[in-house]
Amino acid sequence: MSQPGSETNPLRVAIIGAGPTGFYTADHLFKQKDVVVEVDMFDRLPTPFGLVRLGVAPDHQKIKSVTKAFNRTAGRPKFRFYGYVELGKDIMLEDLRRHYHQIIYTTGAQSDRKMGIPGEDLPGSHPATEFVAWYNGHPDYRDYRFDLSQESVAVVGIGNVAMDVARILSSAPEELAKTDIADYALEALSQSAIKEIYILGRRGPAQAKFTNPEIKELGELADADISVLPEEAKLDSLSKAALEAGQDRAMMKNVEILQEYASREPAGKRRKLTMRFLVSPVELIGNEEDGVTAMRLVRNELYATEAGTLRPRATDQFEEISVGLVFRSVGYRGKPLPGVPFNDSWGVILNQTGRVLNPDTQQPVVGEYTAGWIKRGPSGVIGTNKPDALETVTCMLKDLAKGLTLTPADPAVEAVEKLVQERQPNFFSYADWLKLDEIEVARGKELGRPRLKFTCVEDMLAALGR
Amino acid sequence: MTIDPHQTIRDALATLARHNFGALVVVNQANKPIGIISERDIARLAAKNEDLFSIPVNEVMTKNVITGIRQDELKAVTNTMTEKRIRHLPIVDSQGTLIGIVTLGDVVKAERNIFEGEVDTLRTQILADEA
Repeated sequence: MSQPGSETNPLRVAIIGAGPTGFYTADHLFKQKDVVVEVDMFDRLPTPFGLVRLGVAPDHQKIKSVTKAFNRTAGRPKFRFYGYVELGKDIMLEDLRRHYHQIIYTTGAQSDRKMGIPGEDLPGSHPATEFVAWYNGHPDYRDYRFDLSQESVAVVGIGNVAMDVARILSSAPEELAKTDIADYALEALSQSAIKEIYILGRRGPAQAKFTNPEIKELGELADADISVLPEEAKLDSLSKAALEAGQDRAMMKNVEILQEYASREPAGKRRKLTMRFLVSPVELIGNEEDGVTAMRLVRNELYATEAGTLRPRATDQFEEISVGLVFRSVGYRGKPLPGVPFNDSWGVILNQTGRVLNPDTQQPVVGEYTAGWIKRGPSGVIGTNKPDALETVTCMLKDLAKGLTLTPADPAVEAVEKLVQERQPNFFSYADWLKLDEIEVARGKELGRPRLKFTCVEDMLAALGR
Repeated sequence: MTIDPHQTIRDALATLARHNFGALVVVNQANKPIGIISERDIARLAAKNEDLFSIPVNEVMTKNVITGIRQDELKAVTNTMTEKRIRHLPIVDSQGTLIGIVTLGDVVKAERNIFEGEVDTLRTQILADEA
């Protein structure tokens, strides 16, 4: 048989996961002039776009505009979307091997790292990702409950997710009402009794990863005064030296903004948002009945590794803050996929430049690839996944040229369609999604919101008249 | 990517050529880095000693090898490599055992991807504003 990639024998690729990396991968594949590629994209959820829909904060709509580019990719005649079809449940790896030349996993980093401290599993202590998925209307998380009758809450971590969570908790209902936050979350947050929000960073202001606009936003909230402790905003000598050596202007600006916050007088707003630096939680205090009531913190100092990274080291000074709700956001990791080699200590699929590796031989598994966060771990912005996907696609094309692909018994498009129909009759096509999208936007328009999301599969099916 | 300190320059050259590496980490029996030997070290040696092939690696290697850990950050590593003019950073675990190596090429690639990603993300947002 001739090598796949021609009009009569197109290269059939299955992409698992319809997030940004899945779309970037499809786009790179479609841009090949000499290879005819057919892409089928699967997602366990009915709706595409992964974290752009369900992770990016609802008050950051501009970031979501990247979906326009994804829609262009999806508009290619050789693209198909199978939403609500889960690998390992509705469709198996053997099925994919039967129908595709190449399979690529782009499932992202779906689980969170734990703090590993006593009391972490008390009621009232949650992974920040669950809260994010809840307020963004993720069907699997819509029924989660968070006790917003508490007055004091701590967000552990100062990455993007922690900043989003702290901002959403601090926002005024009028601010949230302009976003596409899930309607039940809008209602719950409007009733929130939260008065005090802590953001806890284990290192200092000069090591914070947030962008200038992100930190500025926190100082401009209608309902919350921001505060930073002056002694924590001051830089230690190691940080000063690193800042000068690196000449990182964004980092310098962050420090400048934080120092301005440290000198601010509170304006008497309803809520107080306190950013703490150089502290790590060591214990959550409370009981099963009342849940978390307090958090014990240790103060850290910084030291430099041989390679120059400034890392936190615990001192012998402790303090306690009273909190009734805790969100941890101290890192993310991928979830293993059934039958796909996994590097457990890194939380990624075992791979080399995107080629999945056999754990025993450390040699590439023919026809299987990965890209995005499940390949390299959660880092960078959405667009960072574009060059990352390109690296994998380059490997896929090199392997194709060498004849190293799977040899599917039944590569016909119709065969997959029939299989999906059988296994998951309620699957969503891209046309279905576009229709849902239109309805969501129209429903939102009536309320002056970007969209009003469907948050359960039954409602989505009903909206499509199914 | 590793070599035994008692192996010779001939062995080192063969390994470098076979795997297309720029340097080898010299490890002891516990797989802990005790030095590093680069093509540059060998080139310098060849310039003054034509009978270099049977010299043991540990007489040529750089002994004060700087190592990294998994938690090291890209920015810090970039600065250290630039300032100290090193092109290979062996990565060790908490016991000091070698678990990998980061090359200057890896760092450049990661920096490039971050840069490209940020530009692409910003461009998308600016175009969305205009639309």
